[in-house]
Amino acid sequence: MTASDAAARGGGRDPSLAPSPWSRAIALALVAYVIYASAQMELSWDRFLVGLDNAQRFFGRLFPPNFERAELLWKGLKESLEIAVLASTLGILLALPVGLFAARNLMPPWVTWPARLVIVLARSFHPVIVAILFVKAVGFGALAGILALTVASIGFIGKLLTEAIEEISDKQVEAIRATGAPFTSVLAFGVVPQVFGRFIGFATYQLDSNLRNSTMVGIVGAGGIGGTLFAAFQRFDYDFVCAILIAIIALIMAGEILATAVRAIFIDNATLRDLFRRGALRRVRHAEDD
Amino acid sequence: MTSPTSAPVLRQAPAGDGWQRFSPAQRLTRFLVYLAIVAAIVQSLRHVEVIPEFLYDAPEQMVDLVTRMWPVEWAAYGEHVHAPLVETLHIASLGTLLAIVLALPVGVLAAHNLVPSTPLNLFAKLILVSSRSVNSLVWALLFVGIFGPGALAGTLAIAFRSIGFVGKLVGEALEEAQPGPIEALKASGAPWVSVLAFGYWPQVKPAFWSIALFRWDINVRESAVLGLVGAGGIGMALDSALNLFQWDRVALILAAILAIVIAAELVVTQVRKRVI
Repeated sequence: MTASDAAARGGGRDPSLAPSPWSRAIALALVAYVIYASAQMELSWDRFLVGLDNAQRFFGRLFPPNFERAELLWKGLKESLEIAVLASTLGILLALPVGLFAARNLMPPWVTWPARLVIVLARSFHPVIVAILFVKAVGFGALAGILALTVASIGFIGKLLTEAIEEISDKQVEAIRATGAPFTSVLAFGVVPQVFGRFIGFATYQLDSNLRNSTMVGIVGAGGIGGTLFAAFQRFDYDFVCAILIAIIALIMAGEILATAVRAIFIDNATLRDLFRRGALRRVRHAEDD
Repeated sequence: MTSPTSAPVLRQAPAGDGWQRFSPAQRLTRFLVYLAIVAAIVQSLRHVEVIPEFLYDAPEQMVDLVTRMWPVEWAAYGEHVHAPLVETLHIASLGTLLAIVLALPVGVLAAHNLVPSTPLNLFAKLILVSSRSVNSLVWALLFVGIFGPGALAGTLAIAFRSIGFVGKLVGEALEEAQPGPIEALKASGAPWVSVLAFGYWPQVKPAFWSIALFRWDINVRESAVLGLVGAGGIGMALDSALNLFQWDRVALILAAILAIVIAAELVVTQVRKRVI
């Protein structure tokens, strides 16, 4: 581009600052895709406006929330909490060996491949879909939810644990091996201290994520508050739906605060007193995935 | 462990108790956490309702499930699965794009170095937290209530769930931007838009693309289940096959979901390798 071109565009702007042809092409392609996909799915502005009209009525019926059936609500919440706790425990216990076996720096290939396959399989489906299969296998109820979320936990923690173990420094492992220590001692003194902090990070993260999903697996009959929520929704009991949603959000936020506190205690060595000091929790960074 | 005789001996504390890594307060706190975990597990085990009769015939049911799923009804793909599968991809992609458009201003508002106003930052963070605290299935339920069943509800559900994720990470990336180039631009009298475009954008660009790709990958997985509550896509086909006990078709749909999830992951890894 010459200087006269730039001048013709009405400014003395440096042409090197103009968007590159590549980014223009990508932007154009995205716009074209949006138009094409919207047409394919018959999304239109009219439908959106009709919806906004509905929205008014819908929110009118959501509020005020109806807490009359608090007992049902509490029972569902408790079951969700139990599902999350048990699934996280079971999932973490099972993920430890799977994650260890999948680590290429400690295990021979004939061990890592099956372990990696387990992790990939456990990760490939959304927990709600896994829950459908377990509902068929073990019937309606909390057990199906526990098993489904256990599978999800094995996949997530197994994968991250494997990555954490593969990134450890060899020096400590070598040093302990050189003393003639057996494999279990190599693990306990060479590997565990190097991955413990990260393990706490993703274990608390998984507990948090299991709590979120345990409120949802009920939609397919796998126990917890989700079943109550979906039933209320299908009966157009929107004020009860609203009450359930408020309870779920409160539960999830409480879970997030607890998870942050546990991370502060184990990763930053915080004491109870530190936790209540203002801003202590905010300093802990946490991973976000879903 | 065996140690050579010349190794230095750990010095003992005068009182006779050995070296300790944590202070008593830290040890107490950790102990309380362990106690709480054990209590939670015991409580859950005692109260969770598991019906043993269902457990006894679980192996039988598993075998039954597999025999019903096999052979997979591949023939139904063209007529019953292909269109909803494509719709799922559209829901995930459009939802992600919409989320990015909506999340960027919120992310900017949440970054304290860009918008130095604490009330505005907190307001933006409130939006982000509420978006993240609601599961995409719940967002889908709400939008199905408003717009009726279909892909529109699914797209909006994906978008609203993703705003919090994209906005939070973009906001953090903006807050980590180096002040040097920004101060240089401001000193030259550049307007606000130019500071954003030439000071911040080049610094957050890699983070932005990786956030967008990561979220798209997650959204492909999530959009596959939204149909269970009526929000369009392959989940609706799955729901009807389940309700009709067409397990051979369920197997086909699961295979299709697995295929697009793996394809999405491959696309993301490839793009990431080339672009970022």
